[in-house]
Amino acid sequence: MALLHAENVTVCADQRELVSGVDLDINAGELVCVIGPNGAGKSTLLRAICGEAQLTRGQVHFKGASIERLSPRARASQLAVLPQHNPLSFAFTGLELVALSRNPHTTGIARDQEICMEAMAALDVTHLAARLYTTLSGGEQQRLQLARVMAQIWCAEDVGDRLLLLDEPATSLDIAHQYEMMKAVRAFARRGVAVIMTVHDLALASGYSDRILALKEGRCMAYGDGETVLTAAILSKLYGYGVTVVAHPITGKPLVLANE
Amino acid sequence: MTLARRRSLKFARWFLPGLLGLSFITALAIGAVSLSFAQVIGALTGFGEAGLASDIVQAIRLPRALLAAAVGAVLAICGAMLQGLFRNPLADPSLIGVTAGASFGASLAILLGAQVASAFGSLPVVSVAAFCGGLVAVALVYHVAKGVTGTSVATMLLMGIAVTAFSASLTGLMEYFADNEMLRRISLWRMGGLDAASYPRAFLMLLILCGLVATMVRFGASLNVLLLGESQARHLGVDVEQTKTWLIVLAAAGVGTSVAVAGSIAFVGLVVPHMVRLWVGPDHRQLLPLSALAGASLLLISDTLARSIIAPVEIPVGLITALIGVPFFVSLLRKSRESL
Repeated sequence: MALLHAENVTVCADQRELVSGVDLDINAGELVCVIGPNGAGKSTLLRAICGEAQLTRGQVHFKGASIERLSPRARASQLAVLPQHNPLSFAFTGLELVALSRNPHTTGIARDQEICMEAMAALDVTHLAARLYTTLSGGEQQRLQLARVMAQIWCAEDVGDRLLLLDEPATSLDIAHQYEMMKAVRAFARRGVAVIMTVHDLALASGYSDRILALKEGRCMAYGDGETVLTAAILSKLYGYGVTVVAHPITGKPLVLANE
Repeated sequence: MTLARRRSLKFARWFLPGLLGLSFITALAIGAVSLSFAQVIGALTGFGEAGLASDIVQAIRLPRALLAAAVGAVLAICGAMLQGLFRNPLADPSLIGVTAGASFGASLAILLGAQVASAFGSLPVVSVAAFCGGLVAVALVYHVAKGVTGTSVATMLLMGIAVTAFSASLTGLMEYFADNEMLRRISLWRMGGLDAASYPRAFLMLLILCGLVATMVRFGASLNVLLLGESQARHLGVDVEQTKTWLIVLAAAGVGTSVAVAGSIAFVGLVVPHMVRLWVGPDHRQLLPLSALAGASLLLISDTLARSIIAPVEIPVGLITALIGVPFFVSLLRKSRESL
């Protein structure tokens, strides 16, 4: 049985189906990117998976049981979620912010600090440890928040495989940090974490994901590896805009270009 | 943690208890009859010679100093808790409607007081009514704000505004019908005062303070996580609904009781936590106890000034707290605008 098994996930709000009938199976070690136009239901799908949005129909199973049945602490040590917006108007330092992630754990201060520093090194934010969060740029804040959710489920301890949900983690990062971030997340996934992330940049999805889920108007339009999903026919229909797909000159992976 | 912040935390840890001790002794020494520190220590420990000095300290100044310290500490803790709960460093205990509700209760008691007071004897009717008014206001706000998906912070703030406006207009209506004598009593009570201090009142306040201090350890870490937002707090293993319920009940009890025994003392609950936060950072595990110490010291110093500046006339302590605190607050605000 897959680590995360979602079946016929449907979420309604105001009599509109935001997500309808999505099936998804993910195992630890896999990185799945969710792509689709604005308002396609990507964020809602993530919220449905982590139990924040109420399912109208369907079910989500984590390790074979409903995610709701775990105690808050047990849940928090195997599932971490990074929302799109993370407003915080209190002047924590970078390290203090990342250290908040260790709240559900009882690993001790020394080990917690070690884990936080490891996660911060992975996201290249070690130099922000002593800076005040409120004085940082949007991209730096984003990377700190990402380091925080990764530190939350950094090692298996006694919980085993874990699940990480990221809602547009790449949005405010520069190009170098976008790719560094994707590498860090993928390396993190290989250590026993299933990762689902929404992303707008198709080059990131193509270069680093194991599978891609294309979502349009709440429905799954295509699901599979990069070569299967990132085709001109599917993407033109998905976004309603003409695109051409070429092979990346170095990696050979699909590269999506707008026709005009 | 930055080096500067760690250094100021270290400094605050010994400075604030020292300040509290010093202001406590000073509050006992200064008054219509000036006492030496030796006389005060003697009266407190019981080893000094019996006589006027120990009578003054034990019967008059000690309950008042205890009450001032307890009220200051409770208001500061409640302010810090509510600011964390609302995720707004400038949130105010009166936002959730306690102060206005308590004011309404007190005004009602003063207006109808004559008959009720004689029925209940020496019971401080005004205080009990203020406490009840505050509690009813919070219960109402909380009841409306609590929806299917949990308590909504936005709804709670708006309800706080609504309850405040409603209580204010009811109070205004009563003031319109009150005669001169009652009007003066209502407005004096509003400004806050510790002149009715007694051991029962001080012990009631200390009891509430003990309750708050006991729960501090439990809620410090949860409040830190709550600053990230309710859904993130839930993802980080905090039982958000239970924590919020507890925080609201504790804050209502704290603010309501202090309004009841000492009138509405503005500024302590709003600015003390804010000043401490600018000083040592937003970590509630340090913020809550340090705010309590700072709040207790501030109110002790203010009350000592209120009693002695133009003695024998007493200025309402609420005016003094605002006069001391506001310039300090403004200067801190100017200095660290960006790190708020």
